[in-house]
Amino acid sequence: MGDPLFWHRLQFGFTATYHYLFPQLTMGLALVIVVLKALGLRTGEARYNDAARFWIRIFGINFAVGVVTGIPLEFQFGTNWAQFSRVSGGIIGQTLGMEGMFAFFLESSFLGLLIWGEKRLSPKGHFGAALALWIGSWLSGYFIIATNAFMQHPVGYTVAADGTFQLASFWTFLLNPWALGQYAHNMIAAVVTGSFVVASVGAFWTLKGIHAEQARLNLRIGTVMGLIFSVLVAFPTGDLQGKLVAKHQPVALAAMEGRFESGPRASLTLIGQPDVAKRKIENPVRVPAVLSFIAYGTFSSNVKGLLEFPEDQWPQNIELLYYSFHIMAGLGTLMIALMALAAFLLWRGRLEGNRPVLWVLMLAFPFPYIATTAGWAVAEFGRQPWLIYGLLRTTQGGSPTVNAGNTAFTTLGFAGIFVVLTILWLFLIGRELAHGPESHAPQA
Amino acid sequence: MEMLWFWLVSVMFAIYVVMDGFDFGAGILHLVVAKTNEERREVLGAIGPLWDGNEVWLLAGGGSLFLAFPKVLAAGFSGFYLAMWLVVWCLMLRGISIEFRSHVQDGLWRHFWDTTFSVSSVLLPVLFGAALGNVLRGVPLDGSGYFGMPLWTNFRLGPQPGVLDWYTVLIGVFALVTVAAHGSVFLAWKTEGPVHDRSRALSMNLWGLVLVLWILASVATFMVNPGLFRNLPNAPLAWVATLLFLAGLLVVFVGILRERFLMAFLGSGAFILGLLAASAACVYPVMLKSTLDPAFDLTALNASVGLHGLRTGLVWWLIGFPIAIGYIGLLFWLHRGKVKAAGEGEGY
Ligand code: HDD
Ligand code: HEM
Ligand code: HEM
Repeated sequence: MGDPLFWHRLQFGFTATYHYLFPQLTMGLALVIVVLKALGLRTGEARYNDAARFWIRIFGINFAVGVVTGIPLEFQFGTNWAQFSRVSGGIIGQTLGMEGMFAFFLESSFLGLLIWGEKRLSPKGHFGAALALWIGSWLSGYFIIATNAFMQHPVGYTVAADGTFQLASFWTFLLNPWALGQYAHNMIAAVVTGSFVVASVGAFWTLKGIHAEQARLNLRIGTVMGLIFSVLVAFPTGDLQGKLVAKHQPVALAAMEGRFESGPRASLTLIGQPDVAKRKIENPVRVPAVLSFIAYGTFSSNVKGLLEFPEDQWPQNIELLYYSFHIMAGLGTLMIALMALAAFLLWRGRLEGNRPVLWVLMLAFPFPYIATTAGWAVAEFGRQPWLIYGLLRTTQGGSPTVNAGNTAFTTLGFAGIFVVLTILWLFLIGRELAHGPESHAPQA
Repeated sequence: MEMLWFWLVSVMFAIYVVMDGFDFGAGILHLVVAKTNEERREVLGAIGPLWDGNEVWLLAGGGSLFLAFPKVLAAGFSGFYLAMWLVVWCLMLRGISIEFRSHVQDGLWRHFWDTTFSVSSVLLPVLFGAALGNVLRGVPLDGSGYFGMPLWTNFRLGPQPGVLDWYTVLIGVFALVTVAAHGSVFLAWKTEGPVHDRSRALSMNLWGLVLVLWILASVATFMVNPGLFRNLPNAPLAWVATLLFLAGLLVVFVGILRERFLMAFLGSGAFILGLLAASAACVYPVMLKSTLDPAFDLTALNASVGLHGLRTGLVWWLIGFPIAIGYIGLLFWLHRGKVKAAGEGEGY
């Protein structure tokens, strides 16, 4: 506890995890809103615009919390991770700077127009604002993911004489293969979050028997988008992530699977508890050879186990890594099954009458939040003990002049602020849900 | 190239102060110039669509500093640790206040957010001003390239000062009054009725106070860091900047007297921009001055990243900057004219 690094890590992990609860909905809803506005423009039907208006209000509240929780993250690079910033600023400063210039300006300029501009703009203009906001939020996602990808798999840099990392190739850095894979997986996951929330609200209104037309619309959009994106998040993108980890962070893969011994025809552990002290998995249920296939594409590939690596390169928290990965993948499978069932019923026209399934849909909205949080835990704990994989250890990245007391103080400060923000968010979102969508006469 | 980036970063931060300055100013005056709910919504409506974009200049400026001079960012942010978090918490409080106020139509709820909005708008310029004061005065940077500083010690200067001493507090107050004055002409320009009248009445007094504080701050800066002004004769940019802020000041007074508030607002923007540019020209090339030994100063030359990084950054900066200016132009144009009170439940 007297170790400042402990607090720096806790603070970053805590604030990043909290922040990311909001952008995932923002980025997912941004696409949903674009789809709704496009349908409204195409068909000229007012119900699409009514639905869009409702989600834009939710978006606005969620966005505001995303903005205020994002700002402290940006500052933490300098305040808590000074040594890391000092040596790698020449590289990650590029993407963080571009995020401000190209994405945040776009988002902040068009948000007001989307929220307040429907009467002032033409329908096409309003669709344009929705499109701009979607592009802005997804661009912002790319730049931040590219930053993270450099930490996972550094490319495009050289090491200068004074030990700092300098940009060698901008495009190699920006188009880091890790960033492309991570981006695809992460953004699709954000749409899953958005779809589950939309479907959940649709199910809620259907069960209560209110806002019938809007309930049906949300249920349909949420289920269709939910099924498509739930599948995409596992295959091909989740699969691709697994292969990237296998190739560039084999120790992390071994830890995610709780695998100690190396060997070909590696089995995939479905359930079981890792016991790191005994170096084995207790009570495992395994599928033979599947891990080899997932990681390398053939059943006979050799998958390395932890014992093959020196212990000082193991991620420190193997149990957490193992459970997080299994929670993410397990929920992913469950979510595909749920959405497939809902979509099937929808297709047969029986979804609205099937109360048990509606109940499950209504209560399922936390699943994607849990899965994305677990996914980030896999990525961030899997990266340990490195801050920049293979280049800079986490122990070398903190701020030398900041002591544990100060960091503990600010971490607790954030805990307090986040409690208040959570209450406000719940209160305001709850009001919007109770208020429901407003039906407007067709827009002039 | 390093010099160019020194100026790009300075320009970004100066634009930030001008842009977020007017909405800080509106926040400082919020409780004073607007009494009823309608009037307060007018003030919020005037800055509502703009404030978030204004704040992005801080993030983009920070990004540019990170990209070009990571050593300065690392030393400054960690050295001012607690002060930095005060700034961030105020920014968070302020953002939430503006965005959440309009969502509930209840007197108590609104009163609460009006107050938090004002309080955070007062604290922020004081903190930013104090930060500028620290840069002008110097910090106890040592050979490791880092420093640590308590929030305050005994408010005196010396080799181991606190973040707040009499000098930095003075600069903080100067900043507070300046952005309040800047906000008053902005509000006078964008509003009508009682808010306009009260802002107009305040603007003359505030600008008078700015003049007084400006003289005090200049004298104090000369006492604290006489070396600064030594650069002046051979820094042509400093002369241009000085001309700019003097002209700006003149335009403000003329604008207020003739009731041409757009003109006064532009003048006050020029005053702030010029004053900051003149300060930057005087400190160049030092970005963080050491109070211990000039050899430990972090300068544009010894704190910058490699040439390739700077060149690459310049390419996209030159693309991004005009786009950002374009958005601002578009926003001001779409929200041109006086703010109209929106219907209940709409707008800010
Ligand atoms: C809806 C959420 C969701 C779901 C259902 C899944 N994922 Fe995921 N996953 C994420 C949301 C997510 C994420 C939050 O978006 C992460 C964190 C970092 C990232 O880029 O994406 C992630 C990371 C992540 C990583 C870690 C990459 C690293 O170490 O950097 C792997 C290997 C996978 N995923 C693989 C999978 C597989 C095989 C899934 C099979 C079903 C799966 N994910 C479902
Ligand atoms: C995409 C941009 C991101 C970047 C650049 C980033 C960067 C960092 C940094 C610098 C640290 C501290 C150093 C370390 O402990 O390794 C860290 C730790 C951590 N981050 Fe991230 N992060 C990002 C996204 C996220 C998200 C979205 C989450 C969660 C949802 C997250 C969860 C964590 C956790 C749990 C830790 C603590 C890990 C540990 O200390 O063992 N990160 N991250
Ligand atoms: C640890 C790294 C992160 C940092 C430093 C960070 C920084 C920020 C900042 C400063 C803002 C406010 C922007 C404004 O004023 O408009 C913001 C908002 C946002 N961030 Fe993050 N962020 C991080 C992680 C992430 C991740 C992992 C994502 C998603 C891929 C993300 C996506 C967004 C989006 C879409 C917004 C817009 C506001 C919102 O949607 O809530 N951020 N972020």
